[in-house]
Amino acid sequence: MTWSPATSERADAIVARYPERRSAVMPLLYLAMREDGRLTDEGMKEVGDRTGITAAQVLAAASFYTMYKREVGRHLVSVCRSISCHLLGSQAVLDAVADETGVPDGETALDGSLSVESVECIGACGGAPAIQVDYEMVEGMTPDSARALVRWLLDESPEVIRSDDLQGRFGGSPSFDPGPVDPVGAIGPFPAFGPYGTAAT
Amino acid sequence: MTEQILTTRMDAHPSDSHTLARYEQTGGYAALRKALGMKPEAIAEEVKASNIAGRGGAGFPTGVKWGFLAPSTPRYLVINADESEPGTFKDRQLLERDPHQLVEGIIISSFALGVNHAFVYVRGEYPRPARRIQAALEEARDAGYLGDDILGSGFSLDVTVHLGAGAYICGEETALLNSLEGRRGEPRIKPPFPAVEGLYAQPTIVNNVETISNIPWIITNGGAAYDAIGPEGSRGTRLFSVSGHVERPGNYEIVMGMTWRNLIHDLGGGIRGGKELKCWIPGGASAPWLVPDNLDEPITVQACARLGTMLGSGGIVVMDETTNVVAAALSLVRFFAHESCGKCTPCREGATWLERILERILHGEGRHSDLDLLLDVSDNISPGLRWPPAMTTICPLGPSAVSPITSIMTHFRHEVAAMVSGEVPAGV
Repeated sequence: MTWSPATSERADAIVARYPERRSAVMPLLYLAMREDGRLTDEGMKEVGDRTGITAAQVLAAASFYTMYKREVGRHLVSVCRSISCHLLGSQAVLDAVADETGVPDGETALDGSLSVESVECIGACGGAPAIQVDYEMVEGMTPDSARALVRWLLDESPEVIRSDDLQGRFGGSPSFDPGPVDPVGAIGPFPAFGPYGTAAT
Repeated sequence: MTEQILTTRMDAHPSDSHTLARYEQTGGYAALRKALGMKPEAIAEEVKASNIAGRGGAGFPTGVKWGFLAPSTPRYLVINADESEPGTFKDRQLLERDPHQLVEGIIISSFALGVNHAFVYVRGEYPRPARRIQAALEEARDAGYLGDDILGSGFSLDVTVHLGAGAYICGEETALLNSLEGRRGEPRIKPPFPAVEGLYAQPTIVNNVETISNIPWIITNGGAAYDAIGPEGSRGTRLFSVSGHVERPGNYEIVMGMTWRNLIHDLGGGIRGGKELKCWIPGGASAPWLVPDNLDEPITVQACARLGTMLGSGGIVVMDETTNVVAAALSLVRFFAHESCGKCTPCREGATWLERILERILHGEGRHSDLDLLLDVSDNISPGLRWPPAMTTICPLGPSAVSPITSIMTHFRHEVAAMVSGEVPAGV
């Protein structure tokens, strides 16, 4: 199965941004995740064909990075556990998320609705403890607000995840004044950036 | 006197500091016009004269680094926005709140270095900062500050934003370059240094976001003006990320030379809940810790070196009197064990064993011999346990895992021993 014309067009535009096409491996892996909802063997073969390397070379690269996931739910809930979040109670936040969803750290719900993971520093130390949903940040969490967050995710199954929306609904004090609202949001468990996949209101 | 360079615009105009309109209205892109009228070598001279040192962690003088750039072409400039050092969130604010400051710095630096294609490597967990810098690049292109024949100068520049995918090691510049080439993010053996053989084996300069965000100010005001800010050896302002058990966490731009007491107790608002300070990490997870005896020391490169630590990435993590230092050290060591790329044995195996030993101590299964074992494993990663650390590895990640160990064994050995003996309850 090859990529749709629209995805192919995005892929060509990504490759064109680099002096050498192999540099497009990482962005194309995100595009592959957007296409299939997760990273598949077919997706990696497609990335290899478009960058002039073998599927094994693509796997070698992809397997090095934590954000390329072979198995992941519709939404990805990442709870930071590094030092500043640790000091301010990230373990209790993670426990609350696992308890409320029934999905332990590193696992995916049986119905594929979401995955839960603990992650290393996400750069939200001033707003610790912090969570990302599909890599959109929400800071100043408590166990209770984390429960409400994942309950909302499961009940509403929102199409688009936006950081400002999460922060307004569930967050506490952020690392810094975030400035104006960013209308762009994530449409899957991969970063909402340019050609990989975003949604704006 | 507090002098701000990097954060004036975002403080004064919080609603639109990221836009081209506000940037131009507050003097933006005037430095670029000035730079395009200068000789590239003269720009590099100003940067060298400023004595600005890299703000990513290693603290290498930027002008000196630029001087190593080999003459062959094409050459590349890569902005390191892979900010991942625990305790550090300053580059995120610079990218989100004043992206044009960085874009102007990139254009000026590229002109000075003879670069026609630059990259911004943003960590994958920073999609919003990546969106902001991408939007700023597009605004700049539409305004004629990027692309072909910039402002009629004949100079052309293209900038590509590249997203990482969750690997701290890619903040190490040679690992970053491998990653940017579509490979596993494993560090390269140096030499050759990137300035000689970098991206696609071509001459490449890798600079941090904060470093390059200072370039417009340096060109506008001159290198000598920058060199007049702060004490010798620690010139300029720095954006410090303050987090942990403080009342007012956040990013604070300060002139170096201020004391730790000022930063933690005045700017940071002191310790949460009226508790006492126990210790703090002065420069990101890789830095050995300081203790209250050091509160009146100045925040300078030299004073930190004298105390056996560093300002590193500018991430300051404050811990109060209730902190379980074994649990805190485990959080830090686990980070390095998780982020080790696996290429060098002392780092891959050593960090993992340090994590296991701390875990069993924390879970009440520690042995008395574990105290010396922690130091022995550490000594095999970084022989002599001195500062700056001796290296048995290609990059500094392995030795960084040793810092939390030497910190707790120097300052809080009695607490570790008490946990092993069962005198204090194990657990977090």
